[in-house]
Amino acid sequence: MAPLTEQLKAPQPTPTPSRPAVRLTGLTRSFGARTVLDGVDLDIPAGQFVALLGHSGSGKSTLLRAVAGLDHDTAGSGELSTPERVSVVFQDSRLLPWRRVLDNVLLGTPKRDAEGRDAAGRGRAALAEVGLAGRENAWPGQLSGGEQQRAALARSLVREPELLLADEPFGALDALTRIRMHTLLRELWQRHHPSVLLVTHDVDEAAVLADRVLVLDHGRIAVDLTVDLPHPRSYRDPRLGEYRERLLAALGVRPDGEPAGGN
Amino acid sequence: MAEHVSTAVVTAPQPVHPASMPAPAPATTPVSVARGGPTGRPRTRRLAPGPRRPYARLLGPLLLLAVWAGASGAGLLDPRVLPAPWTVLHTGAHLWTGGTLRTDLATSLWRAAQGFAIGLAAGVVLALAAGLSRTGEALIDGTVQVNRAVPTLGLIPLFILWLGIGETFKVVIIAIVVYIPVYLNLHAALAGIDARYVELAEVLRLSRWQFVRQVVIPGALPGFFVGLRLAVTGSWLSLVVLEQINATNGLGYLMFQAQNYGQTDVIVLGLLIYGVFGFASDSAVRLLERRVLAWRRSLSS
Repeated sequence: MAPLTEQLKAPQPTPTPSRPAVRLTGLTRSFGARTVLDGVDLDIPAGQFVALLGHSGSGKSTLLRAVAGLDHDTAGSGELSTPERVSVVFQDSRLLPWRRVLDNVLLGTPKRDAEGRDAAGRGRAALAEVGLAGRENAWPGQLSGGEQQRAALARSLVREPELLLADEPFGALDALTRIRMHTLLRELWQRHHPSVLLVTHDVDEAAVLADRVLVLDHGRIAVDLTVDLPHPRSYRDPRLGEYRERLLAALGVRPDGEPAGGN
Repeated sequence: MAEHVSTAVVTAPQPVHPASMPAPAPATTPVSVARGGPTGRPRTRRLAPGPRRPYARLLGPLLLLAVWAGASGAGLLDPRVLPAPWTVLHTGAHLWTGGTLRTDLATSLWRAAQGFAIGLAAGVVLALAAGLSRTGEALIDGTVQVNRAVPTLGLIPLFILWLGIGETFKVVIIAIVVYIPVYLNLHAALAGIDARYVELAEVLRLSRWQFVRQVVIPGALPGFFVGLRLAVTGSWLSLVVLEQINATNGLGYLMFQAQNYGQTDVIVLGLLIYGVFGFASDSAVRLLERRVLAWRRSLSS
């Protein structure tokens, strides 16, 4: 499995800005003797939707946590620059059960922002955008799993992130809910246009959602693939099959359709 | 004719009444019996206890009272051992109007309230200091654990020497009994805050103060209430002991005197008052808990 850094043809539709939103240079992270990230170089242009694939233990979560600034106690080196406003969506919604939904969305935001806009109003708007209008005063425990994750998206959204990090955000949802959430995430991205780094183990999810898919293997980026298909994409789109096969091959799954681990 | 009927019975899917009688609604019997009851629910056994009924907790104490009254009325109880409830009530009314019960009660309540308030404040402050900073934990936690290992009532002789036999030492002892469960439970709850919420707070760039106020403290409240209930009970418990050994007034003193004169009814009256107050204060804490932790009820509904 050669590290095939390839471009499946890509005249970028939007001109690449001079300065990337995220730049990782020689990023290394290790836990004890085990090197999890081994000198990762990565640029993410502003507004790009990137999916990061990899086996469990490939270091994809470590990479995301490094970019999110959550790895205080991890040894490592390298350079990392991220935008000012970064939001994270976790696999679980992490809504505080003792705060009502709107208060969860607004957690940590000032009552009025720099431009004097009312935070509560923006929180309501964000909830409406994810389809939770009218649930502002519910307790998180009263929401379904999918609704909780929507509320978590609203909480990210209200901060108007330049970079949205998502760590397997749909991993705990059922298949139908997941498809709806895919559509929602893509819509939100089109409207607000943050850079997105989506960590997932689901090849289909990566291929359907992202404009660029990375495969992390042994702490390095083994594949950097631009998915040049129009949106909205369907799982059944035959053109998607080609990407899927390349990605599965990069993940070490034989092309004759042997089940992919963790799918 | 008889043979015909019997064959009809045999071939029927289940035993039915003879043809001459109107069959009682056969539609209800098939299919639904196997998988669902008449309410259209599958027959599963409910393992959780059913819904809670209001004031159901009063049932046990009331039953006990009824047994006591019954046994007294039937003459099964020697009044010198355990006087009848009405005797106790009568004594209570007598002492209330003509005796010292009113002032004794007020004194006891005041002592318990003072000790409880001081102990509660100390427990909360120490637990916050130990739970929110490593320095605080290093200084406080070990000390409290040592204090906890020393039986508080064993400190009474020392405290009398230090503080004299007046009110101060009583209030201090109650405060110590109260602060320990408050500290232990609140500290454990603060230390046990879910690491996922800490990550969330970091990602949301909360200030330390916002983190403490909006994440840590609300998350620790359930544990705090466990400590609070133990503390309420503890304050009454220590009051009894304190007032029976070193006091010139108060409910415990009243009972101690009654012991000297063999007044069982007064002793039982004192015990009843303790019981009622203990039960009432525990219920008050429960009520407060239900208010403050309203979000928890939503999980079960």
